[in-house]
Amino acid sequence: MQVPAPFEYERATSVDHALELLTLLGPEARLLAGGHSLLPMMKLRLASPQYVIDIDDLAAELGYIDAREGEVRIGAMTRHRELLESELLAAALPIFRDAERVIADPLVRNRGTIGGALCQADPAEDLSAVCAAVDARLLIRGPDGERLVEMRDFYRGPYATAVGAEEMLLEIRVVIEPGSGSAYQKVERRVGDWAVVAAGASVKLAGGTIERGRIALAAVGAEVTSAEAQEALAGQRPSDRLFAHAAQLAAAGCSPVTDQRGTAAYKRHVAAVLTERALRRAVTRALSEPPR
Amino acid sequence: MNVTVSVNGHEHSRDVEPRMLLVHFLRDELGLTGTHWGCDTSNCGICAVLMDGAPVKSCTVLAATAAGHEIGTVEGLEVDGVLDPVQQGFSEMHGLQCGFCTPGMMLTARALLDRRAGGPALTDQEIREAISGQICRCTGYASIVRSIRWAAEHCNQELPG
Repeated sequence: MQVPAPFEYERATSVDHALELLTLLGPEARLLAGGHSLLPMMKLRLASPQYVIDIDDLAAELGYIDAREGEVRIGAMTRHRELLESELLAAALPIFRDAERVIADPLVRNRGTIGGALCQADPAEDLSAVCAAVDARLLIRGPDGERLVEMRDFYRGPYATAVGAEEMLLEIRVVIEPGSGSAYQKVERRVGDWAVVAAGASVKLAGGTIERGRIALAAVGAEVTSAEAQEALAGQRPSDRLFAHAAQLAAAGCSPVTDQRGTAAYKRHVAAVLTERALRRAVTRALSEPPR
Repeated sequence: MNVTVSVNGHEHSRDVEPRMLLVHFLRDELGLTGTHWGCDTSNCGICAVLMDGAPVKSCTVLAATAAGHEIGTVEGLEVDGVLDPVQQGFSEMHGLQCGFCTPGMMLTARALLDRRAGGPALTDQEIREAISGQICRCTGYASIVRSIRWAAEHCNQELPG
């Protein structure tokens, strides 16, 4: 029987309460959101927090997907299922629905949250790549107030983020621009599994050229974005040749390891194929975007 | 710590360790062994119960977290000797072999039917998607899908009231 090591349990009733508890209990406390990353880690004793602060009750306060001031804003306690089913997200940022369709399974998606997934920062986690691909900014609150962090500064490597011991992630923000499109592609061994490799892409088109292209890979190394590939896209007219070129750069820049999910060479090959497909779909979507 | 969980409409209070998982609370504390316990790793979905009407894996929910939520288990499907249409569907269409995954499958089916009440007819694809987080060790998926479809087709007639 797998059970977590003993811990003391607190249940936060508001964001302010959760922050008070984090300050009070110190660095041995962990926030428990949907529990579908942290509890399995605790059962395996890979995580043994002394205190667990359950923020399940914050699902009402932090569970939302809104469009405001030219941005989509997603509360940190928004569950995977809500991300999957949101028509607002599907229209504005289809990369989310692409990814959510292949994140775990319906039961896990009923509990797991975007904030929990991002803060767990598993190297094969999908939403970190999604957020990196769309240049998300993350709103973090702590005792000293709020700050906005770019996704590339948020992710600090496997299981490490910019969120401090007395802070919590409140919201994910993505700017919505006309002429943009996004897509996510993933290969897994079986339905609901972690990615062997996954690739997210977003583009902003202007006057027939790619003004800005973003590529983010999951499960192939700590660096989720590919600067060289993005530079190669900027200012170019979209074409199959360009997608293939950028995909090769992204694949060359990643650092997969051989494990039970495949060899490094195989993963690098898949990274290129998926990047190319994600780019093509993102551009197709940007071109077919309905007028707003 | 004292935990009070509402299960099938009845509140139950127990003194338990904070680390107690909902599946063990249901089985070991309340004796509701209809909820089965499988892989322990949130992979197999055998331990599915309803939490506020949505299926969740009870091996990956703390009993303490479940406090304040309405938990539904397989024991709550039959009411006054009348089987839920889902249970009847599993009987009619031979939806169970060894029975290990059956309680969880039936609860997921119940949630699916509740969500789709009044909507267009369920497709097999939707049913398969809904149960995709649950493993049937006998691989009897075809008859499980048929059972849920039977329940969907007979739902309105069979529900009392």
